[in-house]
Amino acid sequence: MRATGGPEAAVGDVLLSVENVSLSFGGVKAVSDVSFDIRKGEIRAIIGPNGAGKTSMLNVINGFYHPQQGRITFKGETRAKMRPHEAAYGGIARTFQNVALFRGMTALDNIMAGRTLKMHTSFFWQLLRYGPAMREEAEHRHRVEEIIDFLKIQEIRRVPVGRLPYGLQKRVELGRALAMEPELLLLDEPMAGMNLEEKEDMSRFVLDVNDHYGTTIALIEHDMGVVMDLSDRVVVLDHGIKIADGTPDEVKKNQAVIDAYLGVAH
Amino acid sequence: MDILYKIFIDPFVQMGAAPDLLVQTLWEGLVAGVLYSLIALGFVLIFKASGVFNFAQGIMVVFAALTLVGLHEHGVPAYVALALTIGVMFCLAFAVERLILRPLINQPDIILFMATFGLTYFLIGFGELIFGGETKVMIADQLLLPRGAIEVKMAGGFVTLQKIDIAAAIIASLMVATLAIFFQRTRIGRALRAVADSHRAALSVGISLEQIWVIVWFAAGLVALTTGIMWGARSDVSFALEVIALKALPVLILGGLTSIPGAIVGGLIIGVGEKLGEFYWGPLMGSGIESWFAYVIALIFLLFRPQGLFGERIIERI
Amino acid sequence: MFYREAGQFKTNYSADQAVFPILQDRIGLAIILFVAAVIIPWFGGSFLIQAVMIPFLIFSLAAIGLNLLTGYTGLLSLGTGAFMGVGAYACYKLTSYFPGVNILICIVASGFFSAAVGVLFGLPSLRIKGFYLAVATLAAQFFLSWCFIRLPWFYNYNASGAIEVPTRTLFGVPITGATATDTTRYFVVLCFVVVMTWIASNLVHGRIGRMWMAVRDMDLAADLLGIRLLQTKLLAFATSSFYCGVAGALLVFLWYGGAEPAVFDVNLSFFILFMVIIGGLGSLTGSFFGAALIFILPIALRYFPPKLGIPVHPATVEHIQYMIIGALIVLFLIAEPAGLARLWQIGKQKLRVWPFPY
Repeated sequence: MRATGGPEAAVGDVLLSVENVSLSFGGVKAVSDVSFDIRKGEIRAIIGPNGAGKTSMLNVINGFYHPQQGRITFKGETRAKMRPHEAAYGGIARTFQNVALFRGMTALDNIMAGRTLKMHTSFFWQLLRYGPAMREEAEHRHRVEEIIDFLKIQEIRRVPVGRLPYGLQKRVELGRALAMEPELLLLDEPMAGMNLEEKEDMSRFVLDVNDHYGTTIALIEHDMGVVMDLSDRVVVLDHGIKIADGTPDEVKKNQAVIDAYLGVAH
Repeated sequence: MDILYKIFIDPFVQMGAAPDLLVQTLWEGLVAGVLYSLIALGFVLIFKASGVFNFAQGIMVVFAALTLVGLHEHGVPAYVALALTIGVMFCLAFAVERLILRPLINQPDIILFMATFGLTYFLIGFGELIFGGETKVMIADQLLLPRGAIEVKMAGGFVTLQKIDIAAAIIASLMVATLAIFFQRTRIGRALRAVADSHRAALSVGISLEQIWVIVWFAAGLVALTTGIMWGARSDVSFALEVIALKALPVLILGGLTSIPGAIVGGLIIGVGEKLGEFYWGPLMGSGIESWFAYVIALIFLLFRPQGLFGERIIERI
Repeated sequence: MFYREAGQFKTNYSADQAVFPILQDRIGLAIILFVAAVIIPWFGGSFLIQAVMIPFLIFSLAAIGLNLLTGYTGLLSLGTGAFMGVGAYACYKLTSYFPGVNILICIVASGFFSAAVGVLFGLPSLRIKGFYLAVATLAAQFFLSWCFIRLPWFYNYNASGAIEVPTRTLFGVPITGATATDTTRYFVVLCFVVVMTWIASNLVHGRIGRMWMAVRDMDLAADLLGIRLLQTKLLAFATSSFYCGVAGALLVFLWYGGAEPAVFDVNLSFFILFMVIIGGLGSLTGSFFGAALIFILPIALRYFPPKLGIPVHPATVEHIQYMIIGALIVLFLIAEPAGLARLWQIGKQKLRVWPFPY
């Protein structure tokens, strides 16, 4: 059960709501008629057995997939379709199951790339790399260094990310998402493939992001311990359908959830 | 207004006015299309099995043809020369696998693509060094390929079909059928498809990549030889043929890079489209439009169907 | 022990983000510029300048252009020759229509024409990716090549189909045409190349460069970061074509002195592509290395065997050239897919720890 924090942790109105969303690929129904909401400032976990449609759900929120039915309401605006860059500009950032870092660039450049949508100096100044362009670079570098300090990845700034171990890559990816200063952060299995120590570190980062920056977080995760400890509320999906929605304690006791995980035929 | 008439009405009027000419043009287009398909087939074979886009396919056509003619010039009887050339193509496949493919296992596709560029240039230089750069005549007669033409009377006029073209169409169809059966029905064919999907996965189930690649490049070499013979029989063998490879690209776009039927259908479409365009719209725009017409057709197609007619839909997962 | 960063620490982000933060690198760059600007024109013979340095610089510029598109943004282009041709013919037409306008302005303007054409043929890049996009650029290449031959307007209805460069002056000194000396032309080319390389460096080290590389490495993730894909790709096409267009104009106006349409064919596209591959995709210095190797090698092959007393038939030399270039490409890709630029980097790394081995 997550300990209540200070005023920053106070949970507010609905930031994002998903209504009756259905998504299919060809004949395969990934998500069927799923509705839930995410409140501002909370940590919302989306869990479920493999193939439940969790990543697809995240992709729909991001605008990467367009649902055949249903709507998404984000910050009061309702859309049938979200475009990825609209999501980005609206304040949604995410990390990926298979670490989607830019392998040809260093860790620093990757995180700086996350600042792109906040950088506005014109092409002309970029050509000269002088004046406004340099000032903007320095200013954003300052913000990025704050994130680097926060995630404790100072030594690996200049290392090309392809050479980093998996755990550090995940941290850089988190840094890149944070660089966008998102209101809603979508984390797709941020602890996958990590040992206990790394998981503890990452959990601490997730909590700090929520406390310190006030970011609303939606995360997909398989480790039940992490889910129970970190999240305020949980949504459970199975075969594309929502089977439970509530606090971690409620969900833990829900029979349908237990059946789904234990593989009871239905 | 006049321009619109010229582009959209007049050519069709011309087509209707002389139907025998239309059929002749269509026939010529189909023949050219068959040859394009053969070249495209060589590409598809290698791409399907090794994921490599073999830019050197064109020069392999030339090289095969030149070897055949060159051997014959030195007094070797035609069918013996043919057998020896097949042997040479096998050696080439072996050498390519050993020297180029093996060191580059697991490199990204673009690196392998560039390597075939290198191979192309090397073969150009090598071929010119050994065989000389002059144009040669294909030994069609010695190979017992038919000569002469058949005239078919129709629609008030007549259509001339060259026997060699008919032979080309038949041989090409046989080749395609054989290859299709090979891919779909045999164990090696299945192994080839596995390798195309993932080198590492294929290795992990015990498929010998080296053997597969030699087989595939050899098969592509045979296709190249056939193409070289057929094309050379119609219009002599010279290094200008290697740019034919570039002609195959629109065919591959249309048909999809991984589909044998696609190579055939695409080849025929491009061949016919090009000939029709050249004959009926050519006078409008000036000569030589066949250098880019096929590409424009392919490009327009790509905009509506990025994977080609028969290619696999690329679904990106993230 | 000479190439050390010890003692060179930066106290603000601007200094840390400089393109050449290490002092030794800056000194090295100054030396190279000095050699290029002073030593070579003073001491280099006419052969060195006319047959080697001028074309080397021009091809380097074209290679930089292609590198921006293919190396940094990951969009394989086989239309470089055509874009260079657009620049050359645009410059020709501009200076024919406006003979009073300074030729340097015409050259820069022709770059913009080339950029516009590049954007046009880059539009399919939203729907089409990777290898298929290369085919779209080939369409551009063949179509434009055909235009240069078939549309007499391009060569001012000249009977031979070729264009000849008129004499143009700068501050009273002729810089194009038959009366321009090679030293003058060399300086003009050098200025263009130095300035444009500096601009390219500024771009790739800043926000634009990161956007391009993001699109190259994983365009889906870039999209989700808010990087506008179509704009970024079109910007790459525009900038790349601008560079190629200027290179084309320089090629005709400051080196060849004239041109036939066949100059800008698909072989030129491949030529520049090889320079970029061997030099190193995604590296500006690599473009220079690649241009040096690919361009100077044939000259060396033609020049040195007679000097060493080995009789070689000129046709044979050409064949051997092809073989060597082909073999080199394959060897490079096996040994170091990242090209000469990576070898250079490795060399510098070794130099940093010299005289220790690691």
